[in-house]
Amino acid sequence: MQPTFYSSRILLPVRPWFIAVSLFVALLLNFLPTSAWPWMPDWVALVLIFWSIREPRRVGMGIAFLLGLIMDVADASLLGQHTLAYVLVSYAAASISRRILWFPLGQQALHVLPLLLIVQAVQFIVRAMPGIVLPGLSYFIGPFVGAALWVPLTFALLLPQYQPVERDDNRPI
Amino acid sequence: MDHQPPPFFKRGPAPLAQLSFYAMLSIALLFVDSRFQTLELLRQGVSLFTHPAQQAAHAPVDFLKNSADYFSSLSRLEDENTRLRRAQLSNAETILRTQQLEAENERLRKLLDVRNRQKVNGRVAQIIYAARDPFSRRVIVDKGQQDKISAGQPVVDDAGIIGQVTRVFPFVSEITLITDKDQAVPVQILRTGQRSVVFGLGNGQLELRYLPANADVQNGDTLVTSGLDGIFPRGLPVARVVHIERDTSYSFARIFCAPMAGVENFGEIMVLDRHEAMQIPEQLKTPAATGNPVAKPGAKRRLKKD
Repeated sequence: MQPTFYSSRILLPVRPWFIAVSLFVALLLNFLPTSAWPWMPDWVALVLIFWSIREPRRVGMGIAFLLGLIMDVADASLLGQHTLAYVLVSYAAASISRRILWFPLGQQALHVLPLLLIVQAVQFIVRAMPGIVLPGLSYFIGPFVGAALWVPLTFALLLPQYQPVERDDNRPI
Repeated sequence: MDHQPPPFFKRGPAPLAQLSFYAMLSIALLFVDSRFQTLELLRQGVSLFTHPAQQAAHAPVDFLKNSADYFSSLSRLEDENTRLRRAQLSNAETILRTQQLEAENERLRKLLDVRNRQKVNGRVAQIIYAARDPFSRRVIVDKGQQDKISAGQPVVDDAGIIGQVTRVFPFVSEITLITDKDQAVPVQILRTGQRSVVFGLGNGQLELRYLPANADVQNGDTLVTSGLDGIFPRGLPVARVVHIERDTSYSFARIFCAPMAGVENFGEIMVLDRHEAMQIPEQLKTPAATGNPVAKPGAKRRLKKD
C-alpha cells in the first residue's frame, strides 16, 4: 500500500476534463429539487473552492462568473447574486491557496468554512437590500455541512491524480 | 517613472484586476436585473442550457417517486377512487344548479343591461419543482412560450388563487406564489364586500393591509379577488382570515390570512387566460372633458411589479 494522502509526493497533473466533469456534477447536485432542505451545502461553491485552491491557474474568476450566471438562472434568483458570491470566493480561495495546502485536511476544512459562509453572506446581503426576508437560521447550516464534506471531497476529487505513474507500482506480485 | 521588468510568464491580468472587473460586472447585472427588466433574453439564453440539465437532475428523483407510486397498494387506490366518485356525486348536484344559476344570472344581467361577466379559459399545467432560491416563493411549471403562456397570467388550483406567471421561458414558466414577499392581490371580503389588497409575507402567510383598526373583519372571513386589477378574474377565493391584531396605537389593524389554495403543495394547476380589463368609459377618454390628463389604462396593471 502506498502512502498517499498524507504524503508530500508529487501528484499527477490534473486532467482538464476531470475539472469540467466535477463542476458539471456539482451543478447537477445543485439542480436537485432540494428546496425543502435549506441546510444542503452549495455544491458548486464547494467544488469551485476546491479547484480554486488546487488549480488557481486553471479555475479562476471567469469560470466562477459563468457558474454563478448558470446558478442564477437555474435558481430564478436575481442575476448577479451568485456571480458576485462565487467571484469573490474564488478570489479569496486563490489568494489563500499557497498557504492552505500546508495544513492537514481537518484544518483546511476550517479555512474553507469562512469561504462558504462568505458565499451565503454575500447572497444574503444582496437579497436583503430591497427589503429584508429572513430565510431562517438553517440557511447558514449549509456552509458547516459543506466544510465537513471537505475531507471526503478532497479524497474523491484527487483520486485520479493519486494513481501511480506506472501501473505496476501498486500491483501485488 | 518607475519601470517594471517584463514578466517571465504570461499570467493574464492581475487577480485584483480580474476581481474588480468581475465584481463590477456582477453588480451591474444585479442593478440592471432588479431595476429594469431588460435581461430576460440573457436569462432565456442561459435557460436553454440549464433547463435540460435540471430535467436530467430531476429524472432519478422522479423515477424513484414514480416507482414508489407504482408499488403503492391497490387498496389505497381503490379507496381513493370510491372517495372521488362519492365527491363527484355530491358535487354533481351543485354543478348542475350552478349551470342553471349562471344561465339565469346572464339573462337577468341582460335584462338589467349590465356588462356580461367574462368567461375565463385556461390551460392545465403541472408544477415541476420549487425554485431553490430561499428568499422567494416561486415554482416552475411545465408550460411555457410553446403553449402561449405569457407573463402576468393568473394561476389557480381547485381551491383558489395560487399566484401569477412572472417569467416565461421557451418550455417552462415561473410562477410567483401569492405568499411571496410583497406579492399583492386585490381582494374583497366576501361577507362585507369591503375591498383591500392582500400581501404575501414570505413565510407562507398573507397580510391584509390598509384596513382601519375598527374594520369589520372576523376570524374565518373569506377573501375573494375583487377583479379591480384587470389581472385576476373576479370572485376567486384567495385566503381566509386566521388572526387579527387590533392595536389602538396603530391606525391599521394587522390581519393575517392563510391561503385557501394548496399554495405550497405540488400538483396540477391551471393557468388562466388573460381577460380584458374593463374599458374606461368614452367620456373619460378625452382629456378635455375632465380638464386634466387621464392616467393610461395600463398604468394600474403594474400594481405587483417586484
